[in-house]
Amino acid sequence: MFEIDKWQEIYSTIRKNKLRTFLTGFSVAWGIFMLIILLGSGSGLENGVKEQFKGGATNGVWISSGQTSLKYKGLKTGRQIKFTNEDYKSIKSSVEGYDRISARLFLGNKIISYKNEYGSFFLSPCHPDYGFIKEIDIIQGRFLNVIDIKEFRKVAVIGEKVKSSLFKGADTTALGKYVKVNGVLFQIVGVFRDYSRNDNEQKRVYIPISTAQRVFQGENVINQISFTTGDASAQEADLMIQKSKAVLAKMHTFDIDDNRAINVWNKNEEVRKFKALFAGIRLFIWIIGIGTIIAGIVGVSNIMMIVVKERTKEIGIRKSIGATPWSIVALIMQEAIVITSFAGYIGLVLGVGLLELISKKMPPSEFFRNPEADFSVALMATALLILAGATAGFFPAMKAAKVKPVEALRDE
Amino acid sequence: MITINKIHKSYVTGQNSLHVLKGIDLNIEAGEMISIMGASGSGKSTLLNILGILDNFDSGAYYLNGLKIDRLTERKAAQLRNKMLGFVFQSFNLVSFKNAMENVALPLYYQDVPRKKRNMIAMEYLERMGLKDWAHHLPNEMSGGQKQRVAIARALIGKPKVILADEPTGALDSTTSLEVMDLLHEINATGITVIIVTHELDIAKRTGKTIRITDGNITEIIKN
Repeated sequence: MFEIDKWQEIYSTIRKNKLRTFLTGFSVAWGIFMLIILLGSGSGLENGVKEQFKGGATNGVWISSGQTSLKYKGLKTGRQIKFTNEDYKSIKSSVEGYDRISARLFLGNKIISYKNEYGSFFLSPCHPDYGFIKEIDIIQGRFLNVIDIKEFRKVAVIGEKVKSSLFKGADTTALGKYVKVNGVLFQIVGVFRDYSRNDNEQKRVYIPISTAQRVFQGENVINQISFTTGDASAQEADLMIQKSKAVLAKMHTFDIDDNRAINVWNKNEEVRKFKALFAGIRLFIWIIGIGTIIAGIVGVSNIMMIVVKERTKEIGIRKSIGATPWSIVALIMQEAIVITSFAGYIGLVLGVGLLELISKKMPPSEFFRNPEADFSVALMATALLILAGATAGFFPAMKAAKVKPVEALRDE
Repeated sequence: MITINKIHKSYVTGQNSLHVLKGIDLNIEAGEMISIMGASGSGKSTLLNILGILDNFDSGAYYLNGLKIDRLTERKAAQLRNKMLGFVFQSFNLVSFKNAMENVALPLYYQDVPRKKRNMIAMEYLERMGLKDWAHHLPNEMSGGQKQRVAIARALIGKPKVILADEPTGALDSTTSLEVMDLLHEINATGITVIIVTHELDIAKRTGKTIRITDGNITEIIKN
């Protein structure tokens, strides 16, 4: 079955029937190409959006203070809600089920200098748990700890980008060095890496919130409370948020239904929304993809049927000079399989090539990056088309092989 | 070489049955050159197709070289055609996308002769037909006489015992017809049995024996 001679016979037939070969091959290559592009676009979109969610635990909840928008117990609207350490403590003690919790103070960008180098970086006072909530990686030293908070230590954990702009030349070690933050010396205890898409998040400096309140604020004000919900379900997480709202509403006397008194950002909910969206998109892509493959199958089947009809006379000639029916079937099927596999491969290469080109030349935008196709799916689709081509060839080939040579030769 | 007894053949189309051969008896010795004549529709081509195992028959017996031809499998029939028989058709029936050499070599492909060897043998046969220079031409680049000579070369390459020619000169002018007949004579001279179906009297006259068929019966056997 696999003698070289047979392949030469197939090769010479293919070479001498270029249009037929092209038409058969084209429908297969096109089907596979479109499928790859479709799958690639879908994954590009998904990767793009996933990128948006990088940096920060997917089960994180961030609660920031705002202004009231509803009248409540005789109080006017437009009151500024100000969080304090008390709020942090109340949530910590009355909300159950959280995994990590931290308060934050927003001090904005501050000039931070080391020797002659300086820059403006975002100062972010927080609790030790914030490192987990933000999902940063400590690449040198450590993150803040409980003792830092308790003893109001002047320590800082700086971003990689901060380190690279302050420590240049021979000064490559940052750990243990002192940087000046608004004129106050802080000792660097760690360097972190943040995987956020946003470059600014690499340029942060984390310091103990207790120290910041004492050194820069002189009060017990905080701006944000965030926690992770552990492995709580969506409903349990919503309960935690409700409970937090209730605690804060009571402490600051605002309507619990006032959505502007405090702003809650539940990342998990956002992630869930997008997961649902992408489930929809994926379904849509699959429907179109399957449609494309079916179109390819129909195309190949059609052409194979025409091919067999066109070759009826040749089959008659071959039979009259001693071709067995099986050899006729094998000839047509092998030809079909060779053409569809080769064309499928071309479609695969072109599709993957185009995706590579897009990924390389097109700057990753907000919602589209790294389009990639699932290779095993593409291979399966190719196999399916080959099978379809073979099946589409098989039945007419069987019929043709059964035709008596005298009938095949009769049409003139 | 060929013996047939009371061969009957009907073609059934819908409700009509057309009785084409009505009990043909015929004996052809090895090395004979005979012609089968008859009007169109007389059954002469059907007879040739049955002799060539291209078509089956309803009743009767057919012995080819002593072998009973009856309800053969397609595979066996194909092998017999390949080894015993060579066909020459009125419309040449060359494979259009293969050149002369490849067409001639095709029967050897089904005998599993390696490509190089069968192309070499095909070239020998083409040379014998005076078509060496045309070996790499496609059929549509050749004249009718050339195509028929390619077809004859193809019929001969499998070293058959019997050549069956269905109106071999039907599509050719008279000069070329004569050349083709000369060629068939030469082939016959090498000991191969040649059976020619024709409706041209002067072609039939050039064979050893003419069998005339009328309405599915042999009506006359003439020694020329």
